[in-house]
Amino acid sequence: MSLVTVTVTAEGSAPARQASSDRLARLARPAIGLLLPVGAAILWEIAVRIGLSDGRLLPPPSRLFEEFAELARAGELQRHVVATLTRMAAGFIAGTVAGTVLGAISGYSGLARRLIDPTLQGLRAVPSIAWIPLFILWLGIFETSKVALIAVGVFFPVYLGVMAAILSVDRKIVEVGRVFRLSPTAMVRRILLPAVLPAYVVSLRAGMGLGWMFVIAAEFMGASEGLGYLLIDGQQLGKPAEIVAAIVAFAVLGKLSDAILAAAAAPFLRWEDVVSRD
Amino acid sequence: MLVLENVGKTYPNGVRALDGIGIDVSLGEIVVVVGGSGCGKSTLLRLVSGLDRPSQGAIRLDGTRIIEPHEKIGIVFQEPRLLPWLNVAGNVGFGLEDRPRQERATRVAKQLQRVGLHEKANVWPRELSGGQAQRAALARALVTRPEVLLLDEPFSALDAFTRADLQDHLLDLWADFKPTLVVVTHDVDEAVVLADRILVMRPHPGRVFAEIAADLPRPRDRQSAAFDAVKRRVLNALDRSLERPVAAGEEDVGAHAGAALWW
Repeated sequence: MSLVTVTVTAEGSAPARQASSDRLARLARPAIGLLLPVGAAILWEIAVRIGLSDGRLLPPPSRLFEEFAELARAGELQRHVVATLTRMAAGFIAGTVAGTVLGAISGYSGLARRLIDPTLQGLRAVPSIAWIPLFILWLGIFETSKVALIAVGVFFPVYLGVMAAILSVDRKIVEVGRVFRLSPTAMVRRILLPAVLPAYVVSLRAGMGLGWMFVIAAEFMGASEGLGYLLIDGQQLGKPAEIVAAIVAFAVLGKLSDAILAAAAAPFLRWEDVVSRD
Repeated sequence: MLVLENVGKTYPNGVRALDGIGIDVSLGEIVVVVGGSGCGKSTLLRLVSGLDRPSQGAIRLDGTRIIEPHEKIGIVFQEPRLLPWLNVAGNVGFGLEDRPRQERATRVAKQLQRVGLHEKANVWPRELSGGQAQRAALARALVTRPEVLLLDEPFSALDAFTRADLQDHLLDLWADFKPTLVVVTHDVDEAVVLADRILVMRPHPGRVFAEIAADLPRPRDRQSAAFDAVKRRVLNALDRSLERPVAAGEEDVGAHAGAALWW
């Protein structure tokens, strides 16, 4: 009898406790992520203030804020950020389209896979920076060559992700489509696309991550604006604050763009059976 | 009328899965196929569903030769095979995509009510229990009102209580519009509960070994002596089909004796 009572009570209060701990977790999770960078920044600020370091090579946060404020006032920050974002967007779109199309072809057709996959895998083995001289010769030193380099970086994760996703679509699910006599286009729309979507989003995020690496490489190869240019400029003129500001800007933009991509995909992936979400 | 004429299936690797299968199933009849593993009973169902093609013979539904999935033939697999990205209502209505939205919604709602899942319409498949998922799969196959419904060990992954429950439920659903049912199972109790006629298959290659009529009144009492008697006959036939080393001549006699009952 008492056992029954205990069980009932426990079941009754469990959902309420679950809900409140969920709310807490939702608030605490991003906060925990901020603990490390903010804590380190505060420690460094204190260290510089009390004279443990002159903070010349690694400026304290207060110097960094001044740098940002100065860049923003002069309109420099906006100009460089927009330049980098524009290249990144163009390269990301180009790489994604090419990677998706070729990945889909390789995944769908065994013949196409045997034909093009070995070549693409070979090209993938080339360190991407190695393309820079060639791209400059072919496409000039302006935007086209930079966008092309970023696109190359984005292309491979997307290509591999799409191909692997299509190859791993469950035959049993495809048979459900066959039983309901779906046309080839309906099969793609109603079975294959939703089935590959989770892996596709993962590959887009991986592609975007590589894209951010390549945008710097691209801007190192002689740009007159962009966050990568800011890095080089800061190095040549001996302005560590400018370098660190550019690095922080990259970190923020990279994290932000990834979060936007993940958030945009989330409504389509609510059905996924995952252990934990973030 | 579903007719199998001398159907055989040999896989590209040379394995003969089925040989000389001849069966007539009349509209509304419930035929249950039992047999040891590897006797080709699942292969048989895949051929009838049109997912695979026979290498000999022909399968006809009302005179139409079945070589690919047909709108009048539905199938329920051993696993529910619900599409994880559609909610339960979306899964049940999957085969009604070409119908007007209003009609689709009504039919799905009615079918969900019928299988007792009306409260789960907006739930993701992963949130269903095994029995509920299989009921959703049944609803998806039934909502298009197929003339023939194939079931490939549909309840074998479920616990004994849920299984008995779903067997009764299947008969209940069958009574709605009395489609032809062809059920593959390795559960003899299930066979005797469901069947008008039980076909016992034997392996290497898969052939029909014996045919047993199960003409007990419905609903069937799983405890009754008559139930037991049919069950014993099926078990005996299964034993003979698996254990007895059959000489070539006898094998032919067995197959022909079975065939003679239907032709």
